[in-house]
Amino acid sequence: MSGGLRPYLAVVRARFSVLLQYRAAAVAGFLTQCWWGGIKVMVLTAFFATASGAPMTLPQAIDYVWLGQALFTMLPWSGDPDVARLVRTGDVAYERLRPLDTYTFWYSRAVARRTANPTMRAIPMLFTAGILFRFVGWSAFALRAPSGAEAALLFAVSIVLVIALSAAVSALLDTLTVATLSERGVTLIVGPLIIVLSGSLVPLPLFPDWAQPILRNQPFAGLMDTPFRIYSGHLAGGVAVGALARQALWVVVFVMVGRALMTRVMARLQTQGG
Amino acid sequence: MNALRLYGRYIATSIRSQRQYPVSFIATSIGAFASTITDFIGIWALFARFRRLEGWRFEEVALLYGVVSVAFALADSLTRGFDLFGEQFVKTGDFDRLLVRPRSTVLQLLGYELRVTRIGRLAQGVLAWAVGVRLLHLEWTTTSWAILGFAVVGGIALFAGILVLQATLAFWTVESLEIANALTYGGVEAGQYPLDVYARWFRDFLIYVVPIGCISYFPVSVVLGRANYMPFAFTPLLGVAFLVVALGIWTRGVRHYTSTGS
Repeated sequence: MSGGLRPYLAVVRARFSVLLQYRAAAVAGFLTQCWWGGIKVMVLTAFFATASGAPMTLPQAIDYVWLGQALFTMLPWSGDPDVARLVRTGDVAYERLRPLDTYTFWYSRAVARRTANPTMRAIPMLFTAGILFRFVGWSAFALRAPSGAEAALLFAVSIVLVIALSAAVSALLDTLTVATLSERGVTLIVGPLIIVLSGSLVPLPLFPDWAQPILRNQPFAGLMDTPFRIYSGHLAGGVAVGALARQALWVVVFVMVGRALMTRVMARLQTQGG
Repeated sequence: MNALRLYGRYIATSIRSQRQYPVSFIATSIGAFASTITDFIGIWALFARFRRLEGWRFEEVALLYGVVSVAFALADSLTRGFDLFGEQFVKTGDFDRLLVRPRSTVLQLLGYELRVTRIGRLAQGVLAWAVGVRLLHLEWTTTSWAILGFAVVGGIALFAGILVLQATLAFWTVESLEIANALTYGGVEAGQYPLDVYARWFRDFLIYVVPIGCISYFPVSVVLGRANYMPFAFTPLLGVAFLVVALGIWTRGVRHYTSTGS
């Protein structure tokens, strides 16, 4: 082979191995999700075996766990790292020069982020928990299909509302980042709160009965709990529609608060850097 | 200077440098506390609903949780150098500098940083442990404290071993692959429940392959009086053995190392 080609081949090889590492990272992430989901499913199975009268059935709880593993990147547990960088460098000033409404601009970015990432992660997870598990004899631990056509339809609507709500929370976090000049303080408090209150940690219906009225009416239930319960038929009919309405209401609230806060923050914006 | 004194110097320097940013230190510690205590809240919620888990009560699982959590928090704070090994040493070629110094690479990497912010994770582990002890009504003898103390030592060794293996992998992959996260964070998750809960193959994996059950489940069972079989108190030795094997593989990895530096 002629010597002239060799550097290019080296570049191809180097680039290839970098990309392979991204793939390895994706595989590692997927295996971690399986590990986590598997532990949760086994623990819940053991808990359900010792007691009757739980507020949801075991298969419903298992569906909840796998959907949670598949879609956990939809949770807005931190703001946009790009916005945090804009704030650190002072480039946030340029955002104000664009002939665009900054809130809508950031909101749209958040929508993209909360849609693209989960799609990539959800497909292998849903395939594994929903189909592969049945073939290797783990049907009892597998994700089931939606409980019916109506459930599937309402689930789809609810997921759209999840994205809308998640983006609204993200945009609010971004605005708070601008106000406090650092993304860390906000993430510290909001992250754990969302993990608990969305149902990502433990399905919300399994929390004590006295906590249910609070859990039902707080905004973060609309990030996971609502669609997952609709999917398995735990919420149906009028109750499900009511839950969708609550989700929509929280979207409106968060957008209004985020917008109002951004107007105030941007009015006295101080940029860093030089 | 002997190795221990040198290590002391390394650590003193590391702590001094972390003290330069007190606000950041406090914030990160609180964050570590808040994000890890959620696991314990989850366990509490499930017990409030179901009361029992394979015959185990909340306070018993709290003790199990405390032991695993404390061990991992300490291991995680000690092994920062191994955790960052791929990015900080192999990719940059900085590992060359460690090799030319007349001290073992393991000592130098251990001395890289003592992550003080892990006190947040440690605190919630201690809290869970204290909740368990308070609710248990057991007679606490020197023997039971010794067994749990040894369990923590075995646990530190095991988690450190996993991080050493993760670092060793970087000799071949250059970048640190976070496959080990499934075994460290995921291991904490698995180890905080009694092994009885798991399917047979998974239980075997947690005993014979990555012996997380041996550093928590067996010794804690002895202390709780669930298993009247004293040899179970010594199973954390397997955690130590895991670290020894991991360090053996590390040595082979060092021999395989070729610098990326220029």
